[in-house]
Amino acid sequence: MTQTDAEPLGRSSGSGEASTETESEALEFSRDGIRSGFVTCAPVALGVGGYGLVFGVLAREAGLSVMTAVAMSATVLAGAAQLIAVGLWDWPIPAVAVVGTTLVVNLRYLLMGASLRPWFTRLPSRQAYTSLFFMADENWALTIQDLRAGNGRGAFLLGSGLAIWVFWVVATAIGAVAGGRIGNPETYGLDFVLTAIFLALLVGFWDGRTSLAPWVAAAVVAVAVETVLPGRWYILAGGLAASLTEVTRNVR
Amino acid sequence: MFDEVSLTALAVVFGMSIVTYATKAGGFWALDRIDPSESVREALDVLPGGIIVAILTVRLLDGGPTEWTAGIAVVLVAYRTENVLLAMAAGVGTLLIVRWGRTGIV
Repeated sequence: MTQTDAEPLGRSSGSGEASTETESEALEFSRDGIRSGFVTCAPVALGVGGYGLVFGVLAREAGLSVMTAVAMSATVLAGAAQLIAVGLWDWPIPAVAVVGTTLVVNLRYLLMGASLRPWFTRLPSRQAYTSLFFMADENWALTIQDLRAGNGRGAFLLGSGLAIWVFWVVATAIGAVAGGRIGNPETYGLDFVLTAIFLALLVGFWDGRTSLAPWVAAAVVAVAVETVLPGRWYILAGGLAASLTEVTRNVR
Repeated sequence: MFDEVSLTALAVVFGMSIVTYATKAGGFWALDRIDPSESVREALDVLPGGIIVAILTVRLLDGGPTEWTAGIAVVLVAYRTENVLLAMAAGVGTLLIVRWGRTGIV
């Protein structure tokens, strides 16, 4: 089932010319696109489910009810922010700190959403804004790859996001109910799944030597910011560093 | 179950979901209203790679030789096969073998 739908990286359709080509390409929002996104993302979502189990267990330990933990996974759908929120959870709940930290940790989504603009601006806004609710790190990366390959599947983000959502919510419920009876996820290598996915995707994003300068800038700035600022600011800073490097280089 | 305390918790969850959706939709919304210049487009074009490099650099520095070895396996398989899922499986497999080997020795 997966071998026909799992797309190769499509290194040939690199970022450079793809962004101009795509302006004229057809983009459709079909049931088939939802299905492709779901099937392609399902194995990735299985890894996300591993984190969902961990989240469910941690949420219970922090004093959240099963219902609160599941409601958080279903409506927030942002792993890093949820884990940090659970870390801040106390009695009475520090509402401002929890919501404020959630906002800061999720600022990187601004950039991810903006990067979908060349394609999503051609969708009816109801479809675009519904899809954006289901955007997470993992399916955003898979979607960018699919759109850049020129498949024209506007519903890919929604389909892949639904896969993430289902596994994330169900795993949260299982983790919250089962509590401490689940073993260490490191036993199954689940802690490395996300790193592996990002590395494999990065190989597909490699666009020859032109990628080198922005990537080095992103790496250096990310490490520098991570040592100075707590939280996830380094992700935002690294992305911006890559962009600024690219723009200043082309101005010269 | 629906006492005051748990309603407070659900209200906080609701607040979290509002700000999260605002970030997910906000970047797209803002750029849908202004027509970006050529340099903004170039900037957006390198964003995905830049964000992933930032996440990965910190993750890999936090890890150790085991993660780095598994990471090399991922890159090699991804480069040869251009298949993300195969590369992921190779990486996790390598990680488990190295981890198992280390605990075996110790």
